[in-house]
Amino acid sequence: MIHDLAVIGGGVHGSTVALFAARGGMKVTLIERGPLCREASGVNAGTLTLQMTRVALIPYALRAHAMWASAREWLGHDVGVVVCDGLSLAFTEQEEELLSFRAGKRREAGAPISLVSGAEARRIEPGVSDTVRLAGYCKVDGFANAYLTGLAFRRALIDAGVALQENTPASGIVREDGGFAVQTSNGVVRARRIVLAGGVWIEPMLAWLGIALPIKTLINQLVVTERVRPVMRTVVGIANGLLSLKQYPHGTVVIGGGWQGIGDRERGGVELLPDRVIGNVRLACHAIPDLKAARVARAWAGLEAETADALPAAGPIPGIPDAYVCGSVHSGYTSGPYIARLLAERILGHETDLPLFPIDRLLGTATPSEARHD
Amino acid sequence: MTHDVIVLGAGPAGANAALAAAEAGLKVVLFEQQPAAGGQVWRAPLPGLRMPSSPEKDSGDALRARLAASAVEIRFGRTVWSVGQHFRVDAVGPGGNEHAEAPRLIAATGAHERVVPFPGWTLPGVIGLAAATVLLKSHGALPGTRVVVAGCGPLLAVVAAGILKAGGTVAAIADLAGPGDWLKALPALASQPRLLMRGAAWALKIGGARIPVHFRHGVRAADGGEAIEQVRLAPVDAAGGFSAGPEITLAADALCVGHGLVPGAEIPRLFRTAQTFDRRRGGFIPRLDACGRTSLNGLYACGDGVGIRGALVAEAAGRLAGLASAHDAGALSADAFAAAAGQARARIAQARAFSDAMAEMMALRPAQVAAIPPETVVCRCEDVTRADIEAAHADGARDLNQLKQFTRCGMGPCQGRFCGDVAGELLAAKVGSREAVGAFTARPPLRPVPLADLMGAFDYADIPIPAPAPL
Ligand SMILES: Cc1cc2nc3c(=O)[nH]c(=O)nc-3n(C[C@H](O)[C@H](O)[C@H](O)COP(=O)(O)OP(=O)(O)OC[C@H]3O[C@@H](n4cnc5c(N)ncnc54)[C@H](O)[C@@H]3O)c2cc1C
Repeated sequence: MIHDLAVIGGGVHGSTVALFAARGGMKVTLIERGPLCREASGVNAGTLTLQMTRVALIPYALRAHAMWASAREWLGHDVGVVVCDGLSLAFTEQEEELLSFRAGKRREAGAPISLVSGAEARRIEPGVSDTVRLAGYCKVDGFANAYLTGLAFRRALIDAGVALQENTPASGIVREDGGFAVQTSNGVVRARRIVLAGGVWIEPMLAWLGIALPIKTLINQLVVTERVRPVMRTVVGIANGLLSLKQYPHGTVVIGGGWQGIGDRERGGVELLPDRVIGNVRLACHAIPDLKAARVARAWAGLEAETADALPAAGPIPGIPDAYVCGSVHSGYTSGPYIARLLAERILGHETDLPLFPIDRLLGTATPSEARHD
Repeated sequence: MTHDVIVLGAGPAGANAALAAAEAGLKVVLFEQQPAAGGQVWRAPLPGLRMPSSPEKDSGDALRARLAASAVEIRFGRTVWSVGQHFRVDAVGPGGNEHAEAPRLIAATGAHERVVPFPGWTLPGVIGLAAATVLLKSHGALPGTRVVVAGCGPLLAVVAAGILKAGGTVAAIADLAGPGDWLKALPALASQPRLLMRGAAWALKIGGARIPVHFRHGVRAADGGEAIEQVRLAPVDAAGGFSAGPEITLAADALCVGHGLVPGAEIPRLFRTAQTFDRRRGGFIPRLDACGRTSLNGLYACGDGVGIRGALVAEAAGRLAGLASAHDAGALSADAFAAAAGQARARIAQARAFSDAMAEMMALRPAQVAAIPPETVVCRCEDVTRADIEAAHADGARDLNQLKQFTRCGMGPCQGRFCGDVAGELLAAKVGSREAVGAFTARPPLRPVPLADLMGAFDYADIPIPAPAPL
């Protein structure tokens, strides 16, 4: 039996490509090493914000935000999306400059961000500290419960008829007539087309095809508090992007921002650095002083992928017809569904509304060698 | 490196580990959350509270005196929240966050109580047997005016006798085990005459007060509006499931109930050392060599946190781990180590029959879990019922961590310490085995810490904010 499409890697990118390809009429299988969305896509901070999104991705993130906001309609299941205001704060003169510059660039790219005074920021978010001097204010912001992503996609993929293969690591790909043979722990899976959507593992996956694409692994630390009374109602960040903060309807507050812990592709997020946990928490409490009364319930580190230019790897794999890659999207939980959906459109042979991010730019001049037969 | 070895937990295991390592000349620091050493079993009364003498208090006092006279640097009142590579330990205490570093770490953080849920188990007035011993030993307080004591294992007698000694009323004792189970354990118990006598003294006290003891009975439900008003008991079979027979209804304003202990093996789990599932020992436990070495170089573990064995074994196993750390550090010659370790091992061997018999009595009874009604809450922090867990299974959850993501089971303040064992058992009944279902991934903090304590006083300018993310 040969599938029209095999997607390898069941994070938000792989799951979305599989879902839209199947809805477009293809016979799709999704091969995931563990359970769906248990890596970056299940452990991320769930912030759906434009104020941390790379400028080049703003048009994508705007469309993706609308997708998340209507998840019930296209995904069919709830991931606890809350759409709310977002603030990016500046506490010093230097941060004011940084914020004005960064917010300006994002606004030029289409993000509806305006600059407001500290007093105005406190009117929008009574929880913020009175030391705020300036804030970027964006009405298109919000967050989801990332840990529900796997459950929601699982139901949707099954409904769409995708052949889900969870707990099935792939270990290699062989090109053959009419497509590809994917080696998995469950035997060989054949498909006419493949999408490599392995998050930080797209580097080893591309290597199966003889393509060398270096992917940097970020080890993002996150802290979540116990349930506390409402202390904030918006998504709060700071000018340089090293804070993301919001309170969920059930009362927990998630503190993130990309402070780096210890880990790697082989071992995952191994541990958090206590000094950086403390730094991140100080920053959070500096922004929202009432947070001090909360207790830390849990903290962890997850892996995020980054290419050399920190822009996505999303498009056809050069030199290998019918093979695609999808991932390494900065703030990829926010933008992932839209970018992955674009790729699905492309695979289905449709025009895409916005361009993809082919990886040719990252590969230098060497042409890919023949696929390895191992 | 600030020390040669760091010991976490000052119960019988950790305290003896620290003493053994310090006697061998190592520079030792001992972290403990409580204000005094002794652990659960030899817990000290709160400062200022005078408690009558008892064998447990006397053992605890002796240990506290030995520690005080030793070279061990003791840090009480410290909540250890992070343990990391090269064995950096971070704790919050009276002076805010502090840390120590050493090439060796001994984890002796004990066990926590298992309560197999039944309708009403979350009502005010229902407390664990272990929690009741803390009330009695540390606070000198009674759990209620008319108390039902239920569950299994030796803590039943400890708590009932403790309530009587403190002047309280025990309405009844309900023991999942039958007299036959105790008789079967008798030869093993007789191997520890001192403890057998202790048990006999408890039995006499309970017998003398004419407390009804309902063998082979479990709690069907605790009923009440705002708080517990009555307890319904029902007969159970050898596997712990309910069997035919009349219910017994008892008016009570407190129920002390516990079904054994679960090893708190979070530290070895955080370091991802090899582990196995051992039902008799209480759940997932780290794999250790004969001296308490885990599969990670420099990490040792001992006491009930590595499998339920009781205080006697904990003392000797702690000593063994302390000696091993000293030997590995080059502070103890092979001969001296062999001699001292031999003695400790002999004591473990002596205690084995007794500790095995006790552990067996406290092991989880699968039929008891199977009898939990669908609408009963299993994860009390997040209000997740048995039916929710089974619905998550139907939705594809095949391991505990996936269950956690689907339902929030284990995401609350206790981080699954209290529900993990039972939730794992429920899921395993569907999936096939506890090994397949696994354990909740251990995460920092080891105990919840207030943000205010964690961050202390600071200047915004001193926060080491990393370079901005790319624009
Ligand atoms: C801690 C943290 C916080 C973050 N916070 C935010 C945020 O607030 N907002 C935001 O927008 N973004 C955030 N991100 C980024 C976002 O999570 C990621 O960009 C996004 O989830 C990546 O999705 P993915 O599908 O590419 O990768 P992943 O979710 O990692 O999926 C890749 C999948 O491939 C599977 N796989 C790997 N190897 C194999 C193999 N050999 N065979 C089969 N399957 C394999 C993996 O198991 C995994 O499930 C955060 C990231 C982290 C780590």
